[in-house]
Amino acid sequence: MRSRFLPLLMTFLVFAALYLIAYSRFSSFGSMRVIGNLLRDNAYWGIAAVGMTFVIISGGIDLSVGSLIAFTGVFCALMIDRNGWHPLAAFAVMLLIGTSFGAIMGVFIHYFKIPAFIATLSGLFLARGMAYVLSTDSIRIDHPFYEQVSDLVYIFPDRGRFTFAAGAFLVVLVGGILLAHFTRFGRNVYALGGNPDAAHLLGVPVARTTVGVYALSSFLTTLAGIVLSLSKHSGDSTIAVGLELDVIAAVVIGGTLLTGGVGYVIGTFIAVMPLGTIQTYLTLDGSLTPWWIKIVVGVLLFAFVGLQKLLSSRHAIFGLGRRSAAASP
Amino acid sequence: MKKLVGLRGDSRLLWTALALFVILFVDRLISPTFFDIRMVNDRLVGSLINILDNSAPYALLAIGMTLVIATKGIDLSVGAVMAICAAVAVVLIKNYEAGATEIYYQPGVVILITIAIGAICGLWNGILIAFLDLQPIIATLILMVAGRGVAQMITGGQSPTFTNESLAFVGRGVVGGVPFPIFIAIGVLIIAILVVRRTALGLLIESVGINDRASYYAGIQARAIKLFVYMVSGMCAAVAGMIVAGEVKSADPHTAGLFSGLDAILAVVIGGTALSGGRFNLVLSVMGVLIIQSLLAGLYVSTLHPTTNLVVKAVVVLAVLLLQSPEFRRFITQPFRRAA
Repeated sequence: MRSRFLPLLMTFLVFAALYLIAYSRFSSFGSMRVIGNLLRDNAYWGIAAVGMTFVIISGGIDLSVGSLIAFTGVFCALMIDRNGWHPLAAFAVMLLIGTSFGAIMGVFIHYFKIPAFIATLSGLFLARGMAYVLSTDSIRIDHPFYEQVSDLVYIFPDRGRFTFAAGAFLVVLVGGILLAHFTRFGRNVYALGGNPDAAHLLGVPVARTTVGVYALSSFLTTLAGIVLSLSKHSGDSTIAVGLELDVIAAVVIGGTLLTGGVGYVIGTFIAVMPLGTIQTYLTLDGSLTPWWIKIVVGVLLFAFVGLQKLLSSRHAIFGLGRRSAAASP
Repeated sequence: MKKLVGLRGDSRLLWTALALFVILFVDRLISPTFFDIRMVNDRLVGSLINILDNSAPYALLAIGMTLVIATKGIDLSVGAVMAICAAVAVVLIKNYEAGATEIYYQPGVVILITIAIGAICGLWNGILIAFLDLQPIIATLILMVAGRGVAQMITGGQSPTFTNESLAFVGRGVVGGVPFPIFIAIGVLIIAILVVRRTALGLLIESVGINDRASYYAGIQARAIKLFVYMVSGMCAAVAGMIVAGEVKSADPHTAGLFSGLDAILAVVIGGTALSGGRFNLVLSVMGVLIIQSLLAGLYVSTLHPTTNLVVKAVVVLAVLLLQSPEFRRFITQPFRRAA
């Protein structure tokens, strides 16, 4: 039990430490404004990360995230701006397309035994390609509905803004936690990730769960694309390139094991926030060149996984413990 | 045909070769001059030569990646390593052009230093995976993220250009009418095959990939094997980085090798090496690279709008993967079997 929660606890402690360091440098980190902005700015990829958490707990991976977000943005922009659809109609159709897209990837993975990494890599190319086919330009969206959503905001006394995106993120987060821990589907996902053969023998509907997990991930990714579209008021086929790797990093930092079967949705949330904090801090700091930001993010990723390993693995590293680390899979 | 399948005990060679020939055949249908090869200024010119030339850096990556994947690993960092190595090589060679006479600025030494840097990058990945026991996808993600920053730092965010012909030869040299990168790729492929198939190394790699714990208890230095494959992958990426830099006489730290790693992984999987480790085949991985490049070459000569390239690539790659999937073939042939 102890070792299962340790990575989660570590991530939380590092996040708290980071936040305190940032707070000591810039006191504005204590205001609801920064917190509201953190939630708003990280909402779209946080929503996608919740979906990715399910996929990784089930023992799979989904590389199509960034591309699907771009496709969603372009599709919605095109339908609303050029074809005059109502945004809600465009969103509904897009959610249907996105969910089917994920379900098809799930079918390829389960029925045709194509590795998840490769099936979703094809999905990455396909979604990005379809976005390019639709439009290579950035399309602006001018629609009263978008203005109405922008006005949906709770303003804190210190002018901190709790926006629609932040709200959507929190709703998805709570939904994700409920789905993971209090439904049959959630149990099945954990069982599937722990040991697919055992899960099958125990009567877990492996096919339905696998397809469901990828459909869920793509559904949430599409939702993430819609949230991004609502906050950017535009659709662009070149956005979110490589976002899937940030999302995977966040899920892993949040204590979910890539081997499947172990992980918490809340861990992903705790991991999305420090990555967002770093970005906000580096933006406020302004003295760091763009390449230092990349290096710092890499070093932090290393620090996170290294610390987790150091504290949560039962055997000491470098083979000093009783059991050899080299031989563990 | 059956004999060939039986001979190899593996139908993958057949399906992969078939896919390559079908794609080349379609290319030929699109462009009647596709198979033409002419001699222009002592250099062979033609789509087929271009395919081989473009495939060279990816083939190198795929060779390293195959060994990594055979140990149940994955190396996402190769693109960033390419960028780092290209940046190092170009920055060093610019000192040489500026008149520096120190030994480490000499072109030949620069190439060796660059390969050594690639090996060090691979060593870093290997240590994280073999000794810190991190999951390969995350361990190499660290270098993938940070490495591009390092490459940009080395060049100061610029894309420096150079004129030195010795370094440029790696990427754009011509020997006997054939582009030099093709020789590099074939040379590395032959050396790699000899090393893994004429010694026990290939067997040990497969054994680590199938079960590293059992291999360890059987007396195999599982850690050393993992270090080795990631170092090979890093060195292959270094040479690929120099080829790309040599082609354009410049190092672009922002885009050099971007997504090359994913393409290399795709090629390895098309070549039938399973991501779950174990049995691998270097020739098939290189054939996977040729499939992807033949497809791209066909798209260039076709009248399709360039925006459709990614869609066509995704669809064809999926078709090839489905063709190789025994489950899919059974699914397709089932109705016919019932009729019979």
